[in-house]
Amino acid sequence: MSFVQDLSSSPDSAALIDFSPEASSLAIRGLSLAYGDKPALRDLTLRIPRHRVTAFIGPSGCGKSTLLRVFNRLHDLNDEVVRTGEVRLEGEEIHGPAVAVAELRRRVGMVFQAPNPFPMSIHDNVAFGLRLQGGLSKRKQDDIIEWALRSAALWDEVKDRLRASAWSLSGGQQQRLVIARTLAVGPEVLLLDEPASALDPISTLKIEELIRNLKTHLTLVLVTHNMQQAARVSDYTAFLQDGELVEYGPTDTLFTNPRLRRTENYITGRMA
Amino acid sequence: MRLAKRSRARLPRGEGAGAWLAAGSVALSLLALLALLSLLAIRGLGHFWPASIALVALDDGRQLAGEQVREVPLPDGTGRERLYRIGNRDLDGTRWAWVPVSAIAAVSHPPELMVLERHRWGEAIGRLVAVESETGERLEGQAARAVLENRMTELASLRQARDTLRDEVVLPRVQALQEGGDVERELATANARLRELQAAMQAGHLTLETASGERWQVPLDQILRVRYPNAMSPLDKLVVWGEGVWRFLSEGPRAANTAGGVWPAIFGTVLMVMLMSILVTPFGVLAAIYLNEVAHQGRLTRLVRIAVRNLAGVPSIVYGVFGLGVFVYGIGGSLDEWFFDAALPSPTFGTGGLLWASLTLALLTLPVVIVATEEGLARIPDQQREGALALGATRLEMLTRVVLPMATPAMLTGVILAVARAAGEVAPLMLVGVAKLAPQVPVDADFPFLHLERKFMHLGYHIFDAAFHGGDVQAAMPLVYATALLLVLVILVLNLTAIFLRHHLSTRHGALSRR
Repeated sequence: MSFVQDLSSSPDSAALIDFSPEASSLAIRGLSLAYGDKPALRDLTLRIPRHRVTAFIGPSGCGKSTLLRVFNRLHDLNDEVVRTGEVRLEGEEIHGPAVAVAELRRRVGMVFQAPNPFPMSIHDNVAFGLRLQGGLSKRKQDDIIEWALRSAALWDEVKDRLRASAWSLSGGQQQRLVIARTLAVGPEVLLLDEPASALDPISTLKIEELIRNLKTHLTLVLVTHNMQQAARVSDYTAFLQDGELVEYGPTDTLFTNPRLRRTENYITGRMA
Repeated sequence: MRLAKRSRARLPRGEGAGAWLAAGSVALSLLALLALLSLLAIRGLGHFWPASIALVALDDGRQLAGEQVREVPLPDGTGRERLYRIGNRDLDGTRWAWVPVSAIAAVSHPPELMVLERHRWGEAIGRLVAVESETGERLEGQAARAVLENRMTELASLRQARDTLRDEVVLPRVQALQEGGDVERELATANARLRELQAAMQAGHLTLETASGERWQVPLDQILRVRYPNAMSPLDKLVVWGEGVWRFLSEGPRAANTAGGVWPAIFGTVLMVMLMSILVTPFGVLAAIYLNEVAHQGRLTRLVRIAVRNLAGVPSIVYGVFGLGVFVYGIGGSLDEWFFDAALPSPTFGTGGLLWASLTLALLTLPVVIVATEEGLARIPDQQREGALALGATRLEMLTRVVLPMATPAMLTGVILAVARAAGEVAPLMLVGVAKLAPQVPVDADFPFLHLERKFMHLGYHIFDAAFHGGDVQAAMPLVYATALLLVLVILVLNLTAIFLRHHLSTRHGALSRR
């Protein structure tokens, strides 16, 4: 049995590709979500492959950020949200009664559009998640902090001023610090919600390089408005429109040879 | 500060008039503040300066001696008249004299004129004739001065010994006796010693010749201090002025609040404000957190928020009535019935006191703290909250570790506003616990050290009382000014403390204000 199943021969499916349950990290089936009576996601079904970069693209309001936030249950905060369907992380339903939401969020980390370091020192920002878990010796904690900052390619820039305020860093550094902070708690999946949209081109390149390096041991899901960015860093791309999954396939295929007219219009910029 | 920053970014050309208008209003506000403070400072602090004593000879041959207070035009416009503070109230029935300037033949400042500060009746002014001891020994002239000075030092130490004995030996014993302790013999000894001291103080008197030539005997133990203002150098006067200011700050009031110091009132004001802050901060902050972070943001929450904001506009006397009805009579009365029934019918908590006053003011300032904290919480970006949650923090951890530290400066702003409002509030206090005279401060060495049920003095009420309820308003006026200045300073110090604290907290992270 192959891990990757090519579906290009079946014309009624939106997906060009499917992954076997063994190869996927997240499995979404029949997921619908509405804010009050306003639907945001309609009956989505897709699997997200492990240790790959998957990009969600689509026009504003298409539901790609909403989908991302389902994966670590940030919608729990909003009592207006109505959701049906299932989302499995490594085979386990994340909305199940036995799932502790704090534990889930440690396994599924998230980086937001605008850098949001806490008003603490650089060191304390990275230590934040570790301190919530507790039970770590000071030494072990410092080791993890160094490892996380190195993984986020920030260590060399901040190693001499770990006690300085995180808000004294530049925007790009702040975003990498936020990534380091998320990596420190040891997630399996990293959700990135337009992580470079507020950054300058050089910082953007650094973040993209970081994303490519991280996929050796992490599953990454990236939401972006930037088509080139999706093409540069992702292995698979899903195109969403009006809360529906329009097309999902290997990035190369989707960008060079989209199967549907809607996809082609969007990626070539001919959207109404 | 903010205004200064704004003025750096100049208004564009053509809006010059607007800029002048804005700058003018700032200048006007500053001037008004400055005028207020200098009036209080000059009138209040000037009172402690030992002014020269003028010996005034009138056309008709009469003489009077006193300190010139002011000179005003006569009501009929025919000239001017002067007000002299001539003291000797028990002798003449008044301590003031209005003299038309036209009736004055000569004014001199003889150096031998003496001012006696007395325990009662205010000051006495005249020439020292003689000092007589109990045994009839009589000294005159320079020798009298010397012996008087010695006697004053002696009296001061006797007074101190008496006060120490009374406060540290007798009063605790009396209390122990009431509680059934076996201390009667100790008390008798102490009382005997007290009587001895009292007797030692009563020895002797001095003879004074007033300006009008009357001879007058003044018992020595009535005299607090002796001065010869006309013979003093400016430096001596400065020392006396400093001592006067210090006594004003450190002593209790005398003579129905028209003389003496205001220490119990300072203490009461500060203690009450601090208790109020301790009570209002947790309640206000918790309410704001509930409204902003926990409650469902629906119509009901909006309604509650509007109600809270409107509470800030309720007149303070209404809170006073509420405090009297609910805290004093309701809760205090019940407490008395349950725990202090031995003392009934005299109330313990069922009457105004420090606790009820602090609680009433806490209630009064609660909306201020809630509104300020809520505004601080609303300013924190949601990304900060989501960032914490995304790292696996529970809502409580998110609140305590990220949101509350970021909202601390806003909370302190609320407390600053609350302190500023509470420290100057007088009307509700008159109903719930302030006293005209409570020389015992509510903190002492007796268990439980802080006596929440006691009545206390307050600077604001002290001003009101001294200005309108004293026998001699003219004499109390300088003290009213000085007390008002002090009240402003106390509020300033309380505010500065809170501002310093806020600044300290908000700069802990250097660039925090960059956003």
